[in-house]
Amino acid sequence: MSERVAVRKTYKLFIGGKFPRSESGRSYLVQDTNVSLASRKDARDAVVAARAAVPGWAGATAYNRGQILYRVAEMLEGRREQFVALGVPADEVDAAIDRWVWYAGWSDKLPQVYGGANPVAGPYFNLSAPEPTGVVAVVAPQSPALLGLVSVVAPAIVTGNTVVAAASPSAPLAAVTLAEVLATSDLPGGVVNILTGRITETVPTLANHLDVNAIDLTGVTDADLATDLEVGAAQNLKRVLRPAPADHDWFADPGITRMTALLETKTVWHPKGT
Amino acid sequence: MTATATSARSDLSELGRSETALRTFLHGLPGVDQVGAEQRAAQLGTRSIKTTAKAQAIDLAIRMVDLTTLEGADTPGKVRALAAKALRPDPADPSCPHVGAVCVYPAMVPHVAEVLRGSGVHLASVATAFPSGQAPLEIKLADTRAAVEAGADEIDMVINRGAFLAGRYSEVHDEIVATKDACGDAHLKVILETGELATYDNVRRASWLAMLAGGDFIKTSTGKVPVAATLPVTLVMLEAVRDFRAATGRQVGVKPAGGIKTTKDAIKYLVMVNETVGADWLDPDWFRFGASSLLNDLLMQRTKLTTGVYPGPDYFTLD
Repeated sequence: MSERVAVRKTYKLFIGGKFPRSESGRSYLVQDTNVSLASRKDARDAVVAARAAVPGWAGATAYNRGQILYRVAEMLEGRREQFVALGVPADEVDAAIDRWVWYAGWSDKLPQVYGGANPVAGPYFNLSAPEPTGVVAVVAPQSPALLGLVSVVAPAIVTGNTVVAAASPSAPLAAVTLAEVLATSDLPGGVVNILTGRITETVPTLANHLDVNAIDLTGVTDADLATDLEVGAAQNLKRVLRPAPADHDWFADPGITRMTALLETKTVWHPKGT
Repeated sequence: MTATATSARSDLSELGRSETALRTFLHGLPGVDQVGAEQRAAQLGTRSIKTTAKAQAIDLAIRMVDLTTLEGADTPGKVRALAAKALRPDPADPSCPHVGAVCVYPAMVPHVAEVLRGSGVHLASVATAFPSGQAPLEIKLADTRAAVEAGADEIDMVINRGAFLAGRYSEVHDEIVATKDACGDAHLKVILETGELATYDNVRRASWLAMLAGGDFIKTSTGKVPVAATLPVTLVMLEAVRDFRAATGRQVGVKPAGGIKTTKDAIKYLVMVNETVGADWLDPDWFRFGASSLLNDLLMQRTKLTTGVYPGPDYFTLD
C-alpha cells in the first residue's frame, strides 16, 4: 500500500455563497497556512453579494431564519473536532455552538420584545415592528477567533440583515472553516460574506461604501482607525457600533443590544373606527 | 487598383437586383472561424482599463447609450421621465454627458419628442412590427412612416428572419430598401436578431445583406429573445463593417443591444471596437449600446471615480 499524497487545503474567501480566491490573486502566510488576502475589490464584490441577498433573507419568515441558525449550530456541532484541531479551545467551540442556538431562539421573539402596540390618544391601532437595517459590515474581534466572529455575525443576521465580515487577521482559519459550516446550513448565499486579510485594507472600503447600512467596529483595536471609519460611515449615516473594550468577556451572556442596534423601527397607524 | 476598387463598388450595388447574384455573393463570404472569434473576443475582454482611461471610456460609453424602454407597460409619464434622464443622466453632476439617444415604441415617440427637442439627444423608435417582424410589408412601412412623422430621427427595424433563414435573401434585401426609403432623412438601424440566426456565418451574411441594402447601422438584437448581444457576435459584425468600408467606402455603425449591464462589459466592447475597426468608430455616431440598466452602472462607476466613494444602486433612478 503506497503512502497517500497529502491533500492540502486552500483557505479562501466566502462571497455570495462561493469560495473564491482573492480577485487580486494575493495570499498571506498565517497560522502556518496560506490564506487569501482580500482586496478592496473583494470587499466591494462582497457588498454586492450581500445587497443581492437582502430581499430574500429579510423577507424570509422569522421562524425560517431561526431554523437556519439552529441548523448552523447542528453543523458546527458535527465539526467540533475540526475546530479543536485548528487550535480553537474546546470550551470556545461549545460556547460558539450555544451562541447560535441562543440567537436562533430570538428570531421570532425579538419582534415581540422590541415591538408591539403603542398606546395613542386617538382612534387608531398603532403598531411598531422592528425591521432589519440592510447590509451590515462587521469587524470581528481579534480573539477569540471563532466565538468572537459568531457573536458579531449571528445577532446581525438573525433579524434579517446580511453581513460582510472581516475575520480576525491573525487567526482566520476558524473563520474560513465557519464559512464551510454556513455554506452547508441552508443559509442563502450572500447572507454572510467573510473576508480574510488586513483590516486596514478592506474595512475602510466598507465604511465609505454608500450601499452599506451599518458598520460594527467591534474588532477595531486602533483608535485612530476607528475614528476614520466612523467619519467614513457618517457619509450616509450608517449605524455604527463602537469598538469593544479590550477586556470584553465574550463568554458572558450577550444580551439583546447587538440585535437591537441593527434594526429600524417601522410604525404603522391604522384607524379603528369610532 | 482604382479600377478594381471602382468595379467592386459597382458590382456590390448591382447585387440586390438578382436573387442568384445575392446568394452567390453572401455564400461566397469567407466562413467565420468560431473558435477563433470566441477566443479573440475573450482575449480582448481581459484588457485592464483603469484611472483616466477608464474615466474617458465611461464618458464615451454614456454618450453611446441608446436609453431604451420597450415594454408593453410603457406609459407617457414613464418615457418622459426616461427622456429627462437621457438629457441629464446624473443630476448631481452637470459635467456628466447626455446619452446618445432614447429608444421607444412608435406610440411613445411624440411624448419623448417634446422633451428632447433641440437637445442633441437623438430619438430612436423601433418599427416594422418589432420584435418579430412578422407582418405584411405595407404595415411595416406604415409603422416606419408613422414613427418618422411623430418625430423619430432614427428607426430600429427588424429584418425578416423567417425569410432570411429560408434563404429568400432578396425579399429581406428589398424590405430593408423599402424601409430605408420610408425613413426619409431618419437613420436606419437594422436589427439582425443574432440570437435567432444560429451561426456566425449567418451573422456575417445578414450584416452584409443589411449594409448592401443601405442600412446606416447594424444592430445585434431586439432584447426580446434569450440570447442577446455577445462579444463574439459583435466582433463578427465589426469585421463586416470594416470590410464593407474597405470595399465600398461607406461607413456603417454597429449597435450591440441587450444583456450589456455593467461598465466592465461596456469597456470590453469599446476595447474590441478600437482593436477591430479602429478609433473611427469610437464615436456615438458609429457605435451605440442598446441598454437600460447599463446607464446606472456607468453612473455608479463614474461617481466612484469622481468622488472616491462607492455609491449603491439606491442613489440612482430606477428607469
